[in-house]
Amino acid sequence: MKQLLVFIRKEFYHVFRDRRTLLILFGLPTAQILLFGFALSSEVKNINLAVVDFAHDQATQHIIGKLQASRYFHLQQAPLSYAAMETAFRQGKIKAALVFPANFSADLGHTGRGQLQIVADGSDPNTASTITTYLTAIVGDYQRQLNQAAGALPFQIVPETRLLYNPEMNGSLNFIPGVLALVLMIVCTTLTSVSIVREKERGTMEVLLVSPFRPLLVLIAKAVPYLVLSLLDFTLILLLSVFVLDVEIRGSVMLLYGVSTVFIVACLSLGLLISNVTASQQVAMLVSMMGMMLPTLLFTGFMFPLENLPGPLRLIPNLLPSHWYYLVVKAVMLKGLGFGAVWRETLILLGMSVALLGISLRNFNIRLA
Amino acid sequence: METNPAPAISSHELSKHFDGFRAVDRISFEVAPGEIFGFLGANGAGKTTAMRMLCGLSYPTSGQATVAGFDVYRQQEQIKQNIGYMSQKFSLYEDLTVLENIEFFGGIYGLTNQQLRTKSEELVTTLGLQSEAKKLVRGLPLGWKQKLAFSVAILHDPKIVFLDEPTGGVDPVTRRQFWELIYAAADRGITAFVTTHYMDEAEYCSRVCIMVDGRVEALDSPANLKQQFHTDSMDDVFYQLARGAQRGE
Repeated sequence: MKQLLVFIRKEFYHVFRDRRTLLILFGLPTAQILLFGFALSSEVKNINLAVVDFAHDQATQHIIGKLQASRYFHLQQAPLSYAAMETAFRQGKIKAALVFPANFSADLGHTGRGQLQIVADGSDPNTASTITTYLTAIVGDYQRQLNQAAGALPFQIVPETRLLYNPEMNGSLNFIPGVLALVLMIVCTTLTSVSIVREKERGTMEVLLVSPFRPLLVLIAKAVPYLVLSLLDFTLILLLSVFVLDVEIRGSVMLLYGVSTVFIVACLSLGLLISNVTASQQVAMLVSMMGMMLPTLLFTGFMFPLENLPGPLRLIPNLLPSHWYYLVVKAVMLKGLGFGAVWRETLILLGMSVALLGISLRNFNIRLA
Repeated sequence: METNPAPAISSHELSKHFDGFRAVDRISFEVAPGEIFGFLGANGAGKTTAMRMLCGLSYPTSGQATVAGFDVYRQQEQIKQNIGYMSQKFSLYEDLTVLENIEFFGGIYGLTNQQLRTKSEELVTTLGLQSEAKKLVRGLPLGWKQKLAFSVAILHDPKIVFLDEPTGGVDPVTRRQFWELIYAAADRGITAFVTTHYMDEAEYCSRVCIMVDGRVEALDSPANLKQQFHTDSMDDVFYQLARGAQRGE
C-alpha cells in the first residue's frame, strides 16, 4: 500500500511539473467552455442593420423603435437610397436591411396590407435565415399590437412567433454535456496513454518491471491520479457552467458524478489499451486524438444531429461510450431527469466500461518481450 | 557448509528464439557471489537478450537458469526482490529531483522512511551531490546521472546488480569513476553482471564472457584470455573472436 502511495505521488509530480499536461488538464476545458458558451452560440447578436425608410410615418417609427430596443440589432445610419444600401452590403457594413416603401402606412391603413422588404446578406445562409426570422418576428409583433388596438379585424391570422424570439432561450446549454464528454475523453485517454508510453520510451518501465512492484499496481497507480484529475476537471466544467454561463443544473449532481466516474473508467481503459499497442508518445497522442476525439465530436450528437447520418453510419454512435454518457448527462443536467429515466443508458455505459477495463487489463504486457 | 558457495547466477543451455532466429543460443555459465562478471559482444550478439531473461523481462525459449538461487521460470517475484537493474537508457525520472528519485525507487522496493533517510543522505554524500539534491535530475551532467542511476539501482542492497551498457556515451574519466562505484559495491558483496562493448572496461572485470552470434565463445579472466589468444590486449582477443561473426550491426 505504501508502495502504491509512493507511486501515485510520483505521478502527481509528473503532472504538476509538465506545462503541457497542465494546459490540457485545465486550459482545455476552460477554453472550450468559454468558446462554446460565448463564441459558438447559434444565436446571432449585434446584427448590423440598416433601415431604408421612404415612408417616414408613425407606423415605421414604431417598428424602428422596436428594432432599436432589441439587443439583436445594431441600427446603422440609414442609407438614403437602394444604391447606398447595396454599397453598405458590399462593404460588409450591414448584414441586413429593412425597406419601407413610401406608401407603407397608407396601404396598411386602407387595404390592411402593408408591404415591406427584408434584405439579408445571403453569403452566410444560416445567419441570413436567422436574421430574417428575427425581423419577421418583430414586424409580426407590431402587427399583433395593431390588431389588438383596432379590434376591427378579428379574423386576421397573426403568426405565433414568440418562441423563436424568446430572449430567455439560452443557446449555450446543449453543448455542455458534449464538452464534458470531450474533455474527459481527452484527459483520461490521452494523458493516461501518454504517461505510460513515456515510461516505455524513457526506459523507466523496464526498471519498474524488474522491481518487485506488481505490474497491476503500475496500472492502478497510473489510473488513480487521472481519475482524480478528471473528476477535478468535471467539477471545473460544472462550476464554469453554473457561474459563468448561468446554466441551471436541474438534476442530481451526485448522479452526474456517478455517471461521470463510470465514463472515466471507460476512458482510462481505452488509454491503457492505446498504451499497449503504441511505442512512442507521439503515436499515442495521435491515436488518442484522432481515434477518440473525432468520433466523439462527430457521433455523440452534440455538434451534428445524428438524424442526418446515412443508414448504417447511424449504428456507430451506439458503440461509443461518449454517446451514452452524453445522453445521460443531457437528460440529468438539462432536463432534470432522475436515475429512473436513464438507468438503461447508464447500464450500457457501465457494461462498456467493465468490458474495456477487462480487455485492457488482460492485454497489459507484464513482460516486455 | 559448502566449500563452494552457491553461484549468484547459473545458466545452463539457456536459449531465446524470436521467430526461428536464435538471439541467444544455448549459453551456459556460472557467476560466483561478489564477482564482477563482464558480458561482452558486438551489437546484436545477444547480450541484452540474455540479460533480460535473467532479470525476468523476457521468458527463455529453453534451458535452465537460476538467479540468486531462484528459478527464472517460476520464482520471478523472489528474483525481483534480490536484484537491481540499470538499463541501457538512462532510467531515472528527469522531472523529479535527486531526492525524489531516491525516495521513489527506495519506496517501491519497500524501504522504510527511516532507511530512506539514512540511505539518501549517505548516497548524496558519497556522490558529492549535496548541492544538487533538491534540483531536477534533468540538469545534471550525464556522468553524474549515470552514477546516480547506479546508486539508486543498488539502494535496496540487492544480491546481484545487472548493468546493461551502463557507461554508454560517457568519457573515459567518468567511466573510470563509475567503475570505482562498481568495485565499492562488489566489496559490499554485491555481484555485478555488466554488459559492455568497451574493451577497456573488460579489463576491470573479474571474468568476462564473450558472446558471438548468440553463443558463448570464450569465458575466463581477462589475463587468461589474453594469454590464450597470444596477445596483450582485450581488444585483440575480442577481434579474433568476433571476426567470424555472421551478424552485423
